[in-house]
Amino acid sequence: MKLATGAALSGFLPDWVLAGEQLANVKKSTEALSDKLTPLKDITAYNNFYEFGTSKEDPAQNAGSLKTRPWTITVEGEVNKPRVFDIEELLKLAPMEERVYRLRCVEAWSMVIPWVGYSLAELLKRVEPTGKAKFVEFVSLEDPKQMPGQKSATLDWPYREGLRIDEAMHPLTLLAAGLYGEVLPKQNGAPIRLVVPWKYGYKSAKSIVKIRLVEKQPVTSWMKAGPNEYGFYSNVNPAVDHPRWTQAKERRIGEFLKRPTLPFNGYADQVAQLYSGMDLTKNF
Amino acid sequence: MSLKKPDNKIIAWIKIAVFLLALIPVLNLGISAYIDNLGANPIEKLTRSTGFWTLTLLLISLTVSPLRRLTGWNWLMRLRRMLGLFVFFYASLHFLTYLLLDQFFAWASIVNDIVKRPYITVGFPAFMLLIPLAVTSNNRMIKLLGGKRWLLLHRLVYLCAVGGVVHYWWLVKKDLSNPLTFALLLSLLLGFRLIYWLRGLNIPLIPRKGWQP
Repeated sequence: MKLATGAALSGFLPDWVLAGEQLANVKKSTEALSDKLTPLKDITAYNNFYEFGTSKEDPAQNAGSLKTRPWTITVEGEVNKPRVFDIEELLKLAPMEERVYRLRCVEAWSMVIPWVGYSLAELLKRVEPTGKAKFVEFVSLEDPKQMPGQKSATLDWPYREGLRIDEAMHPLTLLAAGLYGEVLPKQNGAPIRLVVPWKYGYKSAKSIVKIRLVEKQPVTSWMKAGPNEYGFYSNVNPAVDHPRWTQAKERRIGEFLKRPTLPFNGYADQVAQLYSGMDLTKNF
Repeated sequence: MSLKKPDNKIIAWIKIAVFLLALIPVLNLGISAYIDNLGANPIEKLTRSTGFWTLTLLLISLTVSPLRRLTGWNWLMRLRRMLGLFVFFYASLHFLTYLLLDQFFAWASIVNDIVKRPYITVGFPAFMLLIPLAVTSNNRMIKLLGGKRWLLLHRLVYLCAVGGVVHYWWLVKKDLSNPLTFALLLSLLLGFRLIYWLRGLNIPLIPRKGWQP
């Protein structure tokens, strides 16, 4: 938000509009995505972030209580150099780039978001995963005082997600600290989150405090909540329905007619080879 | 004036008040739609809101008869037809939102939904069952059917209510608190009727002269 308009509008606009603090030295994305960007207003007002409540408007309303400083991410497990990274260090660990990604929610809606961050691989390289590191587990913050949604046992807190090591090392897998050139709004997973564009949105863990490299496939919060409905891989796949609704089509936020959902959310060229030989109906 | 037997003028005013109250949700949605205040996913908002008010009004209309028994306020029954028609009104808005806005006449995908999505498999017939109830809600149809058959037909509303609550239950991703509340209230309302029925205290099936639904 520009300062002048910001001051003029601050009286009657909600906080999130003015939350944006610009991130410095962001390399503009070189790859042009033909999809139109989803407006910032929609990206920050329509969120699934159950730590702040289960309705779409809850996170924008309740995330104010989240304290994003001080913040650390502990990286541990099957690595040669386990470490605790401070957020300020993480923000400078590698050059920040803008990446425009499609986001496909398991609920069959989608957005196009200009994230700011760098490949997760940049961080993982620095801790030197051992040969036993087959999977990566992501753990989000657990603190019901800051995250009022955690007062109800909607999910098994803290939120846990996971990737296979090759998925985690894939250059598309992003560690994001911003969007639209600004510091990540709290309702979008501040201060730092994962973005895995070819998987359903819930795979992209928010407000991460711990990253564990492990030998065995981790059990994620959504797998615990509904093992028949949410699998470990959760790749966007129009051919495999969620047991209770179709995944063939999606509504892009801001559009009226639904559009067909693309395999791997349109990133098949980059990632399909990770799953060659796998039955994606079984490994949903 | 007594609460047990208010005069007709007062009942007329109460009817107008209930009518206006029941219109608030749809007016609210209409205004929000007009000033573009339905949020990032307006179709979802319309679907959820009309669904919520369908179930809420359905439970309210099912509260009329137990409340009448508990209080002895027979005049409450005179609100029931209007409440029932509002249930049908909101259910129709809900259905039309799905048909016109959500699916935009994608018939194949609608049929697919009815067959494959359990919550639509149960929700669609629950809505269909409301149609005969709405059609037979006027005095002429009551006369035509005869009070006994009319009452039997309108017991279908219990099925609609169960279907509606199950529909909500099955579509929720994780947080079941809302559908649970509806389920709990509906079991209370149906349980009350069951107790009366078991004790043989049911309303006589043949309505008295001058009886109004």
